[in-house]
Amino acid sequence: MTPPTISFTRTDPYRPPADHVRLQAEAPISRVQRPDGRKLWVVTRHEDVRTMLMDTRFSSDRRDPRHPAHMAHMGPDYRPGLIEMDPPAHTALRRSLIGEFTVSRLSAWRPRIQEMVDEAIDAMLAGPPETDLVEALSLPIPSMVISEMLGVPYADHDFFQRNSADFSRIDTTPEQKGAAVANLRNYIADLVQQKVKEPGNDLLSRQLAAGVKPEDLGPIGFLLLIAGHETTANMISLSIATLLDKREKLEAVRNDPAITVGAVEELLRYFTIAEVGHQRLALADIELGGVLIKEGETVFGLANTANRDAEVFPDPDDLDFTRLARNHLAFGFGPHQCLGQNLARLELEIVLATVLRRMPTLRLAVPFDEISFKENGPNYGVNKLEVAW
Amino acid sequence: MSTRIIANRDRCVGAGQCVLVDPDAFDQDDSDGLVVLIHSEPHSDDEVARAREAVNVCPGRALSLAE
Repeated sequence: MTPPTISFTRTDPYRPPADHVRLQAEAPISRVQRPDGRKLWVVTRHEDVRTMLMDTRFSSDRRDPRHPAHMAHMGPDYRPGLIEMDPPAHTALRRSLIGEFTVSRLSAWRPRIQEMVDEAIDAMLAGPPETDLVEALSLPIPSMVISEMLGVPYADHDFFQRNSADFSRIDTTPEQKGAAVANLRNYIADLVQQKVKEPGNDLLSRQLAAGVKPEDLGPIGFLLLIAGHETTANMISLSIATLLDKREKLEAVRNDPAITVGAVEELLRYFTIAEVGHQRLALADIELGGVLIKEGETVFGLANTANRDAEVFPDPDDLDFTRLARNHLAFGFGPHQCLGQNLARLELEIVLATVLRRMPTLRLAVPFDEISFKENGPNYGVNKLEVAW
Repeated sequence: MSTRIIANRDRCVGAGQCVLVDPDAFDQDDSDGLVVLIHSEPHSDDEVARAREAVNVCPGRALSLAE
């Protein structure tokens, strides 16, 4: 029997795809087909997605041609990135990096990130009172933060930012995107060589000092940039668009800045912008939530739908900044849970608090339902966000 | 009988969720990001509730409570 075809497109920015919500209610672990014909299991409930992402018999190794995210260039000589690996190699590499991203290490970045956000807002306020927030704030902030963490010299920030923005923007051609990727890869490889000669107080220099080979460090630096840039930018844009659309929510945060942390957590749950990383290949016959998944079959954990599971989040479609539900799956779960999640939280918290404080008259310059959302991209987000003040 | 937090560093994935829930009880090692218990015996109801939440949100299932 041919499994039913389901859509992965979000048609309402405030809701998961309708097919996914229906499956969660009717058949929480289902064999389905993508519109392109590929068959897979989708897992829709919170506890089942957590169990699946914890179980490393569901493999992340994309070199296996059966893996749903396998691509033609991932041959036997391909050096997989962190998100494409299984233990024990994954465990060792993750541990060598994650010390850079601990909660206490990141809080030391707070004043510097605040400065960057203030400067970006200064620039907005100095210009005409209408702009695309994606270009003015959402894309530059995470790019500047990661470039300082990696140790990119200040003079190169513009180059770094321009190329990483080209990589993420909708209006760049595939050729421009390809060129931007090549520019950034080459740039980071050169930067690593520079750090070999002249170590600084930065992530790349510390990795070299810890014995990481320069040729391995370039790809790591590139992954850190890509993983943390567009995703954080998307969350900044979606969060501000939502607050400007739902004014009572905006007023609640403005009147009580202490709830900003709860607002960030809830916005992360509500949008769950990145779930394509939750695709796995079963390396054995595995029973999950009463369903037998056979070796060689592929599984997709639908984190966005799982984050609307009413058994875990009462009234899941309510955007409730007092919920403080930290058990959402917006950053995944298990050994691959997002390395930079606490940096993303910090950037979002500072951006939201500062925008609300310093731009009291900020408003959408186009109606919310005319905003162009990234409906078919790997991550959900906003292409352009025209605002005025 | 008092409650005790048990941390299994082999399972820890260094996500820092426990630190966000209760920075008075949990910290991370700067070198490998893994969990460090600042204290392992929550006393007040509040502390026990936070310890339970930390166990629940831990993405590596590295934390447990002995009661």
